[in-house]
Amino acid sequence: MLWLEKLFEFVGRVGIFGARVIVDAVQPPFEFDQVSRQLAEVGNKSIALIVVSGFALGAVMTLHTRNTLVTFGAAAMIPAVQAVSFFVEIGPLVAGLLLAGRVGSGIGAVLSNMRASEQIDAIESLSIDSFKFLVVPRVLACVIALPILTLFMDFAGLVGGFMSEALTSHIPLQLYLNRAFDNLQWSNFVAPTLKTTVFGFIIGAVSSYFGYTTDKGAKGVGEAATNSVVISSLFIIVADVLLIKCIFFLFPDTAI
Amino acid sequence: MSASPNIAVQFKNVTKAFGETRVLNNVSFHVEQGQVLCLLGRSGTGKSVTLKIMMALMCPDSGEVWVDHENVVGRSENDLSHVRRKLGYLFQDAALFDSYTLNENLALPLRRLTKKSKGEIDETIHRALTSVGLGSDGAKYPSALSGGMRKRAGLARAIILEPKILLADEPSSGLDLITASEIHELLLGFKKEHGTAMIVVTHDVHGARRIADRIAVLDKGDLVAFGSFDEVARSESQVARRLIMV
Repeated sequence: MLWLEKLFEFVGRVGIFGARVIVDAVQPPFEFDQVSRQLAEVGNKSIALIVVSGFALGAVMTLHTRNTLVTFGAAAMIPAVQAVSFFVEIGPLVAGLLLAGRVGSGIGAVLSNMRASEQIDAIESLSIDSFKFLVVPRVLACVIALPILTLFMDFAGLVGGFMSEALTSHIPLQLYLNRAFDNLQWSNFVAPTLKTTVFGFIIGAVSSYFGYTTDKGAKGVGEAATNSVVISSLFIIVADVLLIKCIFFLFPDTAI
Repeated sequence: MSASPNIAVQFKNVTKAFGETRVLNNVSFHVEQGQVLCLLGRSGTGKSVTLKIMMALMCPDSGEVWVDHENVVGRSENDLSHVRRKLGYLFQDAALFDSYTLNENLALPLRRLTKKSKGEIDETIHRALTSVGLGSDGAKYPSALSGGMRKRAGLARAIILEPKILLADEPSSGLDLITASEIHELLLGFKKEHGTAMIVVTHDVHGARRIADRIAVLDKGDLVAFGSFDEVARSESQVARRLIMV
């Protein structure tokens, strides 16, 4: 059971690392400049990926569900199915996984490279707390950016679904939107979108953990990048299951 | 307390090990204000670790490390802050921040550790970059610089706060003889102008002969020779004599 012991030790270490992020994030000095730099890196540079992926996913989903719903005479439900599935699950989860791939690997690689090239030592030698300067802003940027990126994903998915449906059935936009939002409640939208703050925290904290704590020199850069993506994606999926349970408990009417 | 008021840095019986490997073994030496000490020794003999212990980036297993009359061992990060402000550190590969321009690299310590206005900061940066021959390169990123330029930029950042003590880790490694000579000139010029104490880790014996007031030779964690160049050349340690005679 050595692997189990190692697993618990790893989860414990990441947990302590994450707790330090929270404690440092609420204590001055606040690195606003660094947070805005990282927001540009995490948010702005991910928008294109998120929008294109959301659009394509929305179009593909409509193509897949259409035949089945038409068979049961429920073609009118296509916009509603599209909206609910995107807002409740697909948007938040896929945006989280995409960000883990794009940003998680970047954070892991950048921080481990900074460790290997003594840049982190250089920051410490300037009497600057490297953890607060490098890690906290990256985690905060992920926490802030991911819910916003999820909104882009949701709406791009809806547009993709509409385009696909409009080409097939020539449905007007107004009718599509009416049907899409008819059965959607605020709780279907707000809680799942806000849960991505947890995904953002996971991406930022796990990726920073691998990058910041590496001690393997140049070899550690590749390892940190790979581990950041794999482990944060895994943690996101596990956290999603737990968060859905919590959301159902807090908002029972969101259960479809 | 460190013995003489003129002593800038003092190691007292410092020991450091990584696992089973002992990197520093009961090492003691001191550097006086305004002096240049060159640390020589084969690779992996604890020279860079010595610098990192001085900067309190590493903690020794035992012993005392006095920096400007303050023991840095066992201090909290907050306590270390004002000690580190007295030190400048030129890292082996300069360790410039990749995502910052040279101006931003130099502005960081000034913005964080001084109360200078933006105008004063810009002026100080320009002066520092000009002093190392990079006056027109402030807007460049480190990736756009040659090895020698990076070293000079690293030096500019290390001296921007006018430290009392400058630590330099292999300032001439990987450089051609002329560029290495220019770096040595810069170090000597800074020492002459500010009376700064310097501890320079190097493999460049000719450079060491040119800039050092004192030489310390480390071998397998032990300090095997300490003194002037001629004293080390006459020391009992064969390793020290071989290093010096290269």
